[in-house]
Amino acid sequence: MSGSHGQPFHSDNRFVMWLERRLPIISFVNDTLTTFPTPKNLNYWWAFGGILAFCLAVQIITGIVLAMHYAPNTLVAFDSVEHIMRDVNGGWLLRYVHMNGASMFFLAVYIHMFRGLYYGSYKEPREVLWILGCIIYVLMMATAFMGYLLPWGQMSFWGATVITNLFSAIPVVGTDVAQWLWGGYSVDNPTLNRFFSLHYLLPFAIAAVVVLHVWALHVPGNNNPLGIDVKGPQDTVPFHPYYTVKDMLAIVVFMILFAAIVFYAPNLLGEAANYTPADPLVTPAHIVPEWYFLPFYAILRAIPSKLGGVLMMGAAVLSLFLLPWLDTSSVRSGRFRPIFKQFFVLFVINAVILGVVGSQLPEGIWVPLGRICTAYYFIHLWIILPVLGLIEKPLPLPESISKAVLSGASPKGANAAPEKR
Amino acid sequence: MSAANAHSENPTRRDFIYVATTAFGAVGAAMAAWPLIAQMAPDRSALASGTTEVDLSKVAEGQSITVTWRGKPVFIRHRTATDIAAARSVELSKLPDPQDDAARTQKPEWLVVVGVCTHLGCIPNTQANYYGGSGWFCPCHGSQYDTSARIRQGPAPRNLDVPAYAFLSDTKIRIG
Ligand code: HEM
Ligand code: FES
Repeated sequence: MSGSHGQPFHSDNRFVMWLERRLPIISFVNDTLTTFPTPKNLNYWWAFGGILAFCLAVQIITGIVLAMHYAPNTLVAFDSVEHIMRDVNGGWLLRYVHMNGASMFFLAVYIHMFRGLYYGSYKEPREVLWILGCIIYVLMMATAFMGYLLPWGQMSFWGATVITNLFSAIPVVGTDVAQWLWGGYSVDNPTLNRFFSLHYLLPFAIAAVVVLHVWALHVPGNNNPLGIDVKGPQDTVPFHPYYTVKDMLAIVVFMILFAAIVFYAPNLLGEAANYTPADPLVTPAHIVPEWYFLPFYAILRAIPSKLGGVLMMGAAVLSLFLLPWLDTSSVRSGRFRPIFKQFFVLFVINAVILGVVGSQLPEGIWVPLGRICTAYYFIHLWIILPVLGLIEKPLPLPESISKAVLSGASPKGANAAPEKR
Repeated sequence: MSAANAHSENPTRRDFIYVATTAFGAVGAAMAAWPLIAQMAPDRSALASGTTEVDLSKVAEGQSITVTWRGKPVFIRHRTATDIAAARSVELSKLPDPQDDAARTQKPEWLVVVGVCTHLGCIPNTQANYYGGSGWFCPCHGSQYDTSARIRQGPAPRNLDVPAYAFLSDTKIRIG
């Protein structure tokens, strides 16, 4: 990674140079976090990468200490969580941070992903970067899903039952696959044990993919709000101190929101039913997954067939992986795509409505609404994006980042300015 | 392999060793992975979940009880004449999973089914005045089951399963 940007690494410290010749790790960190040339026009939507790294660290640290007090056995799991809440010093805080930390993590990843959707960050040459991000997202969902079983409350149990039963929709081998996942005939002690084991493991797998993600970011470099390529050093600033400071400010603001939820409304996003121990003989009247799964849950329920619902839900996630090839427009940033911009807003609204539909009982207006929104989700990705790229006439792109920045970066200013100079 | 081809008078022999070594390694890795995968399948104690005997004498007509078998609920319903009539009068061609009520019961007044929704495994709730009698509604995604616990509407693909059971006497059954 070195070499390609700026000066080769040098230090006056003799130990650093001794180490460099044996393991060039200091220059690697330096190139990644300090001198890395970053477009000078990144806005605050770009701060969410740093926020996500913060979230992952929070989940791993609080998770490891919670595991020192938690017991993954159906007989005591629920009580051990209550023990953490009542007896362990500061245990309530650790648990509330970890519990709400998952929601904050998903909030950040959704903003991060919608940022990528709007500014076309998935397009050539960042396809692999995007796919690695999607892999992280899938791993996050798996981790959060398995973590939710651990407190062994009613929602834990029934959420896990419903989702593991998705596998039983696979023709022929489905039931065997589901029983293999459970280690029995239903969600039970073997399931809890293995979920705990994997819930501990997966965040480290995420960390590994994040390394690949950042590596793949550093080959083409960051995209930016204008979506045009960096033309030379006049378009960039070093990552440190410019973006370290900007990201830090964003993280502090994010932490304020995080703290407000943890201290004033720690159960806002939770379900009361999860404070009732799991009962395999009683399904709660209304089971809902965690908020960050609701849009996919709505898609699952929109299809009146078991296998069909499961396939559509899988397709909804997998379609994201294909985005670099579904979007045929070569203009990255939505700023210069007047029609795309409007469809993007529709897509965001549609995703939010799907989330609301997923939280409601499947009756009345919610059934047709869920179907319409599911259809629109796929129409956007598979029809509108490919067709739009062919018929839309994009606005003229600014000549370079530095010209646009100096002429006061509004989209109209950006394309008007170069001619005036 | 190209190096071997370049100077060897018998290139296929070197190729054979490569292929054989790789194949041996692959088979070895697969065999080593096998116990790691197999350990996750239901173990002996789960398999030995056995049978459950139920005394039916206390279940009055129109009542249902839920018993556990293999860690799952089993619904036993003492059906009323209206339940039975509703179950037997429906046209089979109208059902998503056509099955005759007589084939789902050993004695018409006793319905014994595994109480696990065939959609994604939730436990349906009893509903009065449902499909001409007493049926079930699954709260999770809205599957509706009739008085014979057959799927009528919703995402569930199959009727509730009928477990293997036998009448030991007029008032006692053994499930499993
Ligand atoms: C644990 C989760 C994740 C972490 C820690 C993470 C971290 C980062 C960081 C540090 C950056 C560079 C700065 C920035 O643009 O904000 C970045 C960029 C990027 N990420 Fe992620 N990311 C995560 C998940 C995802 C997901 C789920 C996706 C989408 C599917 C994604 C897509 C991208 C893309 C396309 C870029 C390049 C954006 C650009 O520079 O315009 N990331 N990520
Ligand atoms: S689990 Fe019963 S309808 Fe989905």
